[in-house]
Amino acid sequence: MSLRKFKFDKRIVLSFWIILIALIIAAPTLLPVFRLNLLGRYLSLSIVALGVDLIWGYTGLLSLGQGIFFALGGYCAAMYLQITSSSEFPNNIPEFFALYGVEKLPFFWEPFKSPIFTFFAIWIIPALVAGLIGFLVFRNRIKGVYFSILTQASLLVFFNFFNGQQKLINGTNGLKTDVTQLFGQMVGSESMQRIFFWITAILVIAAWFFAKWVVRGRFGNILIGIRDDEPRVRFTGYNPVIFKTIVFSIAGALAGISGALYTVQSGIVSPQFMTVPFSIEMVIWVAVGGRGTLLGAILGAVFINYAKSLVSEALPASWMFIQGGLFILVVTALPEGVLGWIQGDGPRNLLQRFGLKRTIETYPSLEVNNKEGNNE
Amino acid sequence: MNNKDLLNLIDITVSFEGFLALNKLNLNLKKGELRAVIGPNGAGKTTFLDVITGKVKPTKGEVIFKGKSLVGRKEHKIARLGVGRKFQSPRIFENLTVKENLEISVSTPKSPLNLINKCIKDEQLNEIERLMKIVNLAQKVDSKAGSLSHGQKQWLEIAMLVGQKPDLMLVDEPVAGLTDEETDLTADLLKSLSGENTVVVIDHDMEFIRRLESTVSVLNQGTILCEGTMETIQKDQKVIDVYLGRPEE
Repeated sequence: MSLRKFKFDKRIVLSFWIILIALIIAAPTLLPVFRLNLLGRYLSLSIVALGVDLIWGYTGLLSLGQGIFFALGGYCAAMYLQITSSSEFPNNIPEFFALYGVEKLPFFWEPFKSPIFTFFAIWIIPALVAGLIGFLVFRNRIKGVYFSILTQASLLVFFNFFNGQQKLINGTNGLKTDVTQLFGQMVGSESMQRIFFWITAILVIAAWFFAKWVVRGRFGNILIGIRDDEPRVRFTGYNPVIFKTIVFSIAGALAGISGALYTVQSGIVSPQFMTVPFSIEMVIWVAVGGRGTLLGAILGAVFINYAKSLVSEALPASWMFIQGGLFILVVTALPEGVLGWIQGDGPRNLLQRFGLKRTIETYPSLEVNNKEGNNE
Repeated sequence: MNNKDLLNLIDITVSFEGFLALNKLNLNLKKGELRAVIGPNGAGKTTFLDVITGKVKPTKGEVIFKGKSLVGRKEHKIARLGVGRKFQSPRIFENLTVKENLEISVSTPKSPLNLINKCIKDEQLNEIERLMKIVNLAQKVDSKAGSLSHGQKQWLEIAMLVGQKPDLMLVDEPVAGLTDEETDLTADLLKSLSGENTVVVIDHDMEFIRRLESTVSVLNQGTILCEGTMETIQKDQKVIDVYLGRPEE
């Protein structure tokens, strides 16, 4: 396993950042609106992928239910937009309520009239829900595949609930945001979408730094310790339940932010965000990009989704096969993902295999097998 | 039981679906004592450690440590009270470096907020340096623990145990898979730790136990068969029958 090694030259790092920032500023003029919007969406998905990497890549918790928190963030944003744009509709409530004969705004919509409340709700509500689910599961020492099954089951519960509540949140139709108004502008308009793109790009970078801050130093080492040998962490005096709950909440918050950004750029939030395949896809992005690398999660989310849209345009219906094949390839040939493979000397080994470049094994690596003959 | 005792195990019984892993086990440890526990396979040596560290809840009986009952407490709480444990096969964090492993063990308080917010204290860094010198790993500071040899892993885990500053150290088979030389060094290390710390060593390497020059408790079928110096227990007929075998003529 090669986690956190790989030191870049300072100049390379600097030029990387300059190019990145230049690209972000220039993107709206370089790309057609349609492509820009797609890129913005995929960048927002990379934030949820960062959360998956924190809980799975570092802490070893394979959650198949991140869609819950993603959708919650999306719903929070959409409820605010719907309610602030409902002044011309009957009873001053969002239009869809009239379809089901609802005349009074359901109570839980009330706080979403406030932009400040919404701003916090987008990440705090998913974090709290994740913290609660996480705490109950972790306290009972449910681990491994049981944890994965439980998160998927929770996802289905949330999906069915949201899907069935027409009178509360428009059920299966979801909440549209593209025709709503934000600060006097149409959310779906070109100028708004450009702003959302920039906000997303900034937040992806911020989320990346935040995630790096979480995993750096001793806190991150405990997470890795929990992943590799949880009982040992306990016997050293740490309470893994607290650490896991915290990191699961962080991933929930990131998923919420991601969901809100995705919603405003795709124009709708619906229970489709909570389908089983979508949450599994999030895991695939991280697996392909490289677990425990953070950057791999971002690259995985953006590139796989971009590939998905390009492939779907050219050969409709073939994407599922490609995605499945990609996953099988990663599991069998690149268990550490593409970035993990590159960091772990993968390219050099591949060149060697074709006889292109030979390097002599370094001497210290011989020591690994030392003294192991007589144990246990 | 008296006030000088650090640990009292009183009538500990552990039953795994009817099988008695421990059967009315009684054991008292004084502060600063070095104690060796030996016994044939399946005698309940590891279960005995599991009970003290909270991994297994005794079916009956009481564990008193520093005047407090440990029964029903969670593992991490027991560890924070001052019980440290070294496992049979080295349990270190292989994906972390030697230094990071030791950081995990010496850091206090062990709360998430402290770990994420603050840098490690200088005195803790000094402690890490001291520990690495004791176990001869100073040159391996930034190596992945997984790349160490078996003996070095054993020592790293002992260093982690010492770094926790426990009042009671439970050491399960510290010399399994070590060379003779390493075994001798480990024995000396454990002897030097007792006095200030209370140490319980579990092993069945008789030469190693003899080197510890400590009181020996013989465990058999979940209960203490005999206690005393190495010489006494080697002459005890019961011990000879179940464990040591007849002395060579």
